[in-house]
Amino acid sequence: MDLDIALILTQDGITSGAVYALLALALVLVFSVTRVIFIPQGEFVAYGALTMAMLQQGKVPGTLWLLVAMGVCVAALDLFRVLRGASSDGLASSLGWSLGYPLLLAALVNFLPASDSLLVQAALTLAIVVPTGPLLYRLAFQPVAESPVLVLLIVSVAIHVSMVGLGLLFFGAEGARTQPFLDAQFALGSVSLSGQQVWVLLASAGLIVALWLFFGRSLYGKALRATALNRNGARLMGFSPVFAGKLTFLLAAFIGVLSGILIAPVTTIYYDTGFLIGLKGFVAAIIGGLASFPVAAGGALLVGILESFSSFWASAYKEVFVFTLIIPVLVWRSLTSHHIEEDE
Amino acid sequence: MKMSKLAALLSTVALFSSQAVFADITVGVSLSSTGPGASLGIPQKNVFALLPNKIGGEAVKYVVLDDATDPSVATKNARKLVSEDKADVLVGSSTTPAAIALSEVAFESKTPQLALSPISIAADRSHWVFRTPQNNSLMAGAIVEHMKASGVKSVGFIGFSDAYGEDWLTAVTPMLAKAGIKLAAVERYARNDTSVSGQVLKLLSSRPDAVLIVGSGSPAALPQTTLFERGFKGQIYQTHAAVNQSFLSVAGKAAEGVIMPVGPVVVNAQIDDSFPSKKVGADLVARYEEKYGAGSFVPFVGHAYDAWRLIEAAVPLALKKAKPGTPEFRAALRDALESNKDVVASHGVYNMSATDHFGLDRRARVLVRVEGGQYKLLGK
Repeated sequence: MDLDIALILTQDGITSGAVYALLALALVLVFSVTRVIFIPQGEFVAYGALTMAMLQQGKVPGTLWLLVAMGVCVAALDLFRVLRGASSDGLASSLGWSLGYPLLLAALVNFLPASDSLLVQAALTLAIVVPTGPLLYRLAFQPVAESPVLVLLIVSVAIHVSMVGLGLLFFGAEGARTQPFLDAQFALGSVSLSGQQVWVLLASAGLIVALWLFFGRSLYGKALRATALNRNGARLMGFSPVFAGKLTFLLAAFIGVLSGILIAPVTTIYYDTGFLIGLKGFVAAIIGGLASFPVAAGGALLVGILESFSSFWASAYKEVFVFTLIIPVLVWRSLTSHHIEEDE
Repeated sequence: MKMSKLAALLSTVALFSSQAVFADITVGVSLSSTGPGASLGIPQKNVFALLPNKIGGEAVKYVVLDDATDPSVATKNARKLVSEDKADVLVGSSTTPAAIALSEVAFESKTPQLALSPISIAADRSHWVFRTPQNNSLMAGAIVEHMKASGVKSVGFIGFSDAYGEDWLTAVTPMLAKAGIKLAAVERYARNDTSVSGQVLKLLSSRPDAVLIVGSGSPAALPQTTLFERGFKGQIYQTHAAVNQSFLSVAGKAAEGVIMPVGPVVVNAQIDDSFPSKKVGADLVARYEEKYGAGSFVPFVGHAYDAWRLIEAAVPLALKKAKPGTPEFRAALRDALESNKDVVASHGVYNMSATDHFGLDRRARVLVRVEGGQYKLLGK
């Protein structure tokens, strides 16, 4: 191995690490606010990438009908609650979001001519897939929000399995790749960088900075942090945990779908690719103790680089290296931190 | 409540007894139509909707189950098919591990099996098992011959880290040694890997004249595109499992010039009329694409259809000896599958024998090259 190969491998590792970092951030965010270990995070990556691919092929993606169906379920739940005597405050706006928005979007996708612009396609993909995040929270997690972590984990495994199954139904078994945003090559010394890799790095860095600003400066971001620290305290201060949950899932879905759109031109995505990407993000999130954003991001880069070097040295054992990383990390964490029993 | 349970029980009994009265031939099928093998299993499942429901004047029932590409589910399916549905013959599965799981049950229950994947198992276990796809060594032979003829001196290998990749490596290694071609590097990757840069760099650092990629369908495209991006100028070879439209659309311009060994049915319109399988193949492609859309035909469809051709040819012989649903019928069916000669199917002509349960010969392979986003027959 010479310096050139090492540089290329590092560059490749950093690119995949950037995506793992985004997913790790989403996992840490979801866990700290809602205590859900969000296994389907990776599915949003696959849904985003494949929805984009289907739009590029001029087809109507199945995820659109998923959005409509989930909206109908949420609307039915809301109406049922009102019929049972709950207050009808906010019913109109809730119906508007759960029924009006998906139907409007469906009409838009079906009747407007398909656009060739990559930005329009990306925006449409985000508009279709991201809202399934909060709808998912409303349908699956809100009714059991106060349950122990284990119950929430089981629910999230169930969602993962159903989302993979639906993915096969929507997108078929074969993989897809989308057109690159930037079909250019940059020479940096002896290493050449593809335009898409630059995109991935820039977008990841931009998103991390945006999240940092959101949590540090904005009121909603601070409220989410408050909920993460103390749910009851935040509720007493007038910040609804239901709203916090939906906002968190919106952000998590957004991060997932955006990662999907970013990597779809670099690699082939299958309906079940998301799980493995999500798991690697999860390893990084564990390195950050499911609590620290910067450590998780650093861990993600470590996972990416480790993966790329082990694929060079011993490609048959690549995943073994990546997932074995979690054992020393757990040992180190259990030695250095005090374990606090969760009150269950 | 009790009454309804009783009724359910009675109707179940009635159902079973009715099966026993009308002794149809039962074809038990387990396919990987979900899970990682879905790209093989879904088209194969489609085939069973096209098949006639009579063989030799006897009614045929197809029980098609999904094994989710999971060997343990495949075993469960096989036991159900054998004990509950009284299957006379097992077909499946699409992927190697699941097909091996079925073969265990086929062996125990003495039921003939037509595997849709080129599995290698011990000779005594193989007694009841016949395979419809081409033997990997048959296909590897075509590639090695082409390498030798075009003066390739060293080859890099990158394959799936599963039974398919392993089987190809075992098949191709002695052939390369015999042809005096050096196997310069052996790398592995997984179906849903998002990057193979590391492996490709390792391959390129060994400076091979050619690279052999062993993968299936669209996952075979990732090493192809990565080699293209890294500026590899040598010849790239793929295997017959990679052949479908998704491979072409995902690999795009990186696929140009790649050479792959395939069953002649893939380029049916281009092959010579002297190919005995041409008519059967053309007929199958037309019927399949009529129902599932133009360009939907993949070679895996042919493997499932060929299993039916073999059964169709064997059933009349077995019917002379015993009634369907009996162990004697299953044994007679197995003997007929083994002794039948020159069964013309979509991929080629089958001549099974006691020592060869693959049955296909050189007439079941041609080399194609990808040109302008199409599979083109080589050497025409």
